[in-house]
Parts: sequence; structure tokens; C-alpha cells
Amino acid sequence: MSERQIQLEVLRYNPETDSEPRYQTYSVPCMNEWVVLDALNYVKDNLDPTLSYRWSCHMAVCGSCGMMINGEPKLACKAFIHEYTDQVRVEPMANFPIERDLVTSVEDFIAKLACVKPYLIPKSDQPVSAGAFQQSPAELKKFKQYTLCINCMLCYAACPQYGLVPEFLGPAAISMAHRYNQDSRDGGRDQRQEVIASDEGVWECSFVGACSEVCPKHVDPAGALQQVKVASTLDWYKEHLMPWMKK
Amino acid sequence: MNKPYVRPLSKTSWFLTQPRYKRYMLREVTCLFIFAYTFLLIWGLKRLSEGPDAFQGFLNALHSPWSVLFNLAVLIAAVYHSTTWFNVTPQAMPIQRGEEFVPGNIIIGAHYAVWAVVSLIILIIGIRGM
Ligand code: SF4
Ligand code: FES
Repeated sequence: MSERQIQLEVLRYNPETDSEPRYQTYSVPCMNEWVVLDALNYVKDNLDPTLSYRWSCHMAVCGSCGMMINGEPKLACKAFIHEYTDQVRVEPMANFPIERDLVTSVEDFIAKLACVKPYLIPKSDQPVSAGAFQQSPAELKKFKQYTLCINCMLCYAACPQYGLVPEFLGPAAISMAHRYNQDSRDGGRDQRQEVIASDEGVWECSFVGACSEVCPKHVDPAGALQQVKVASTLDWYKEHLMPWMKK
Repeated sequence: MNKPYVRPLSKTSWFLTQPRYKRYMLREVTCLFIFAYTFLLIWGLKRLSEGPDAFQGFLNALHSPWSVLFNLAVLIAAVYHSTTWFNVTPQAMPIQRGEEFVPGNIIIGAHYAVWAVVSLIILIIGIRGM
């Protein structure tokens, strides 16, 4: 097991004493198979217990350890030390306000996610005695990829549009709306359309594509957003040019 | 105590901060070339409406080195714009056949094929018309 001394440069911010963030460097003896999260845990346990950051699963499923590593949005538990040089810079996720050290405010994202109604809205009420809603493997496959989202918000940290226009609903929230719209058991598209087909919705996206490049779960939010644009455009044509086509 | 710190973001130079933002901007900039080229076409139409001599003058002007250079630059920009767009079409327009999705390179390939056919038709019409 090889060990390497890494200079971990961390952007720190203490709301009680600091007027703005500052960098602090820790020298960390890292095992080659470590991830950046292990290095942060080493700092917390051995060098500086005041360092704040979020994490839980250490296996890329909880989505809480998102941060900028050398300027790139990454899960700290999926960023392997052996992929970096001896100098690693760690900052809180871009485009989000810093709460403390590497901890950012997530309220904005949570509110946006909630407003797209990310849950099944059945087409009609059905008594429990009618049994389960059936779904074929092909119908499942249609949206499966979007169910893999872990709400890590890396796509928001990568999206320049979200940075410039904070009202933008953003990649993950719209992808989640798309996930339910694509679900054969769902009938809530009209309700979601009001939010996601608005100016602050999908039309704020200019297809930079950065979200899909950084997504650790290969959700491809950029693809979902373009599909939403295509579907919304077809809606418009149906409504304005072919009114008789409307449902 | 809750006093979140919002990091400033430059409205004018944000795209310099990441290589992928620069690539995006490069792609966006290609539209300026297309924009300029439409002016050339409109100018040609105007000259055409002014009679055969005027139009011949326009055609002669197209042979100048500057014009050739301009057309070359527009061609490069248009090809860059089109190919980068073709390459993302599987994301925007996935096609599901039965359970599986049609592989992305088939969708991309279909775009290139249509492009080649349309270009060929236009080339033939152009040569015939000369
Ligand atoms: S779409 Fe990807 S990057 Fe965005 S929150 Fe979901 S898992 Fe994270
Ligand atoms: S700690 Fe759960 S995703 Fe990294």
C-alpha cells in the first residue's frame, strides 16, 4: 500500500468570524486507494476538527458529498486520489451559497424539486382492490435512467445558466419531471408542464451540456431537457396550428 | 448563525473559467458566421433584382480572395456547428424500439447520411444550372 503526501487546499468559511472565504492548506498522508473524502476525514479526525462538510454513504448513493475538486463538480467519495497530483484544491459546490466551509445551502434546489411534483399522479383513482398498475419492461426502460438521480446537485454546480439566472429550475428538477412524464402509470404531465415549460423552466436551458458531463450517475439531464423542449414545442404546434389535434 | 456567502460570478467572463464552457461558446459563436452569410445571400438577391449586369458584378465579387476566405470561414463554422449538433441528437431524440433504445451512432449516422444526400442534390442542381 503506497502512501503519498497530498497538499489539500480547502476553501473555508466561518459565518461567525469571516467576511469572506479563505483557503487553508492541510498536508495529508494519503493511501493510494483513498478518495478525496477519506483525505477530508483524515483532516477532521487528526488535524482540524472544525472542518465542516457533508457526507454519509461513502459509496456514491446518498448524494451529499458534492464539491468542487480542482474546479470540477465531483462526489468526494468517488474522486480517487490516484487520479490527482500532489496538490488538490477542494471548494464548496459552485453556484450555491456557502453555509460553512464545504457545506452549501440546498433549500433552493429542494424547493425546485418539490415544485415539479416528483411523484406519480395516477391518471384516475383506482381502488386498491383493482390491483397494481402494470408496467412492461419496455415502459420501465423508457425512464429508468432518470430514476438513478441521487440529488447530488453536481449538475447545478456545473450549469453556467443556473449560476447566471438562479431562478432557473435547473437540470435535475426538470429531469425528474421528465422521469414521471415518461412513466406509463402517470397522468400528471399537464400539471408539471405549467412549471417546466415556463421561461424559468426548460427554456432557460441553452444546452451547454455540462450537467450531463459531470453527472456521476449518467442520468444525462441535458438529454432530458432537450426532450422536454421537443415535447413542449410539439404541444405548441398542436395547440396553435392544429387545434383539432388537441387530445 | 446563518450568513451564507454568495460567491461572485462574472457576467461577462464566466465562460473562460472552464474548457467545456469555452467549447460551448465556440459553438455559439459559429452562428455569427451563418448570420453574416445570410446577409451575403440577401445582397445577392438584391443585385439579381437590379438586372443581369448587377448580378454578374456580384458573381465576379464572389471570386475575390477575400470572398473565398470568407466563404471558407463560414463553411468551417457551419460544419462545426452541424457536426456538434448531430453528435448530440441521440440525447435529444432517443428512439426506443421494443425494449431497447436504438444505438446513438445509428441516429447520428442517419443525420450524416441525410446531410450527404441533400448536399449531393444541391451540388447536382448547381452544376446543372451552370
Ligand atoms: S442529475 Fe446527476 S448530477 Fe444532477 S442531481 Fe441527479 S445525479 Fe446529481
Ligand atoms: S458520501 Fe454519499 S455520495 Fe458521497
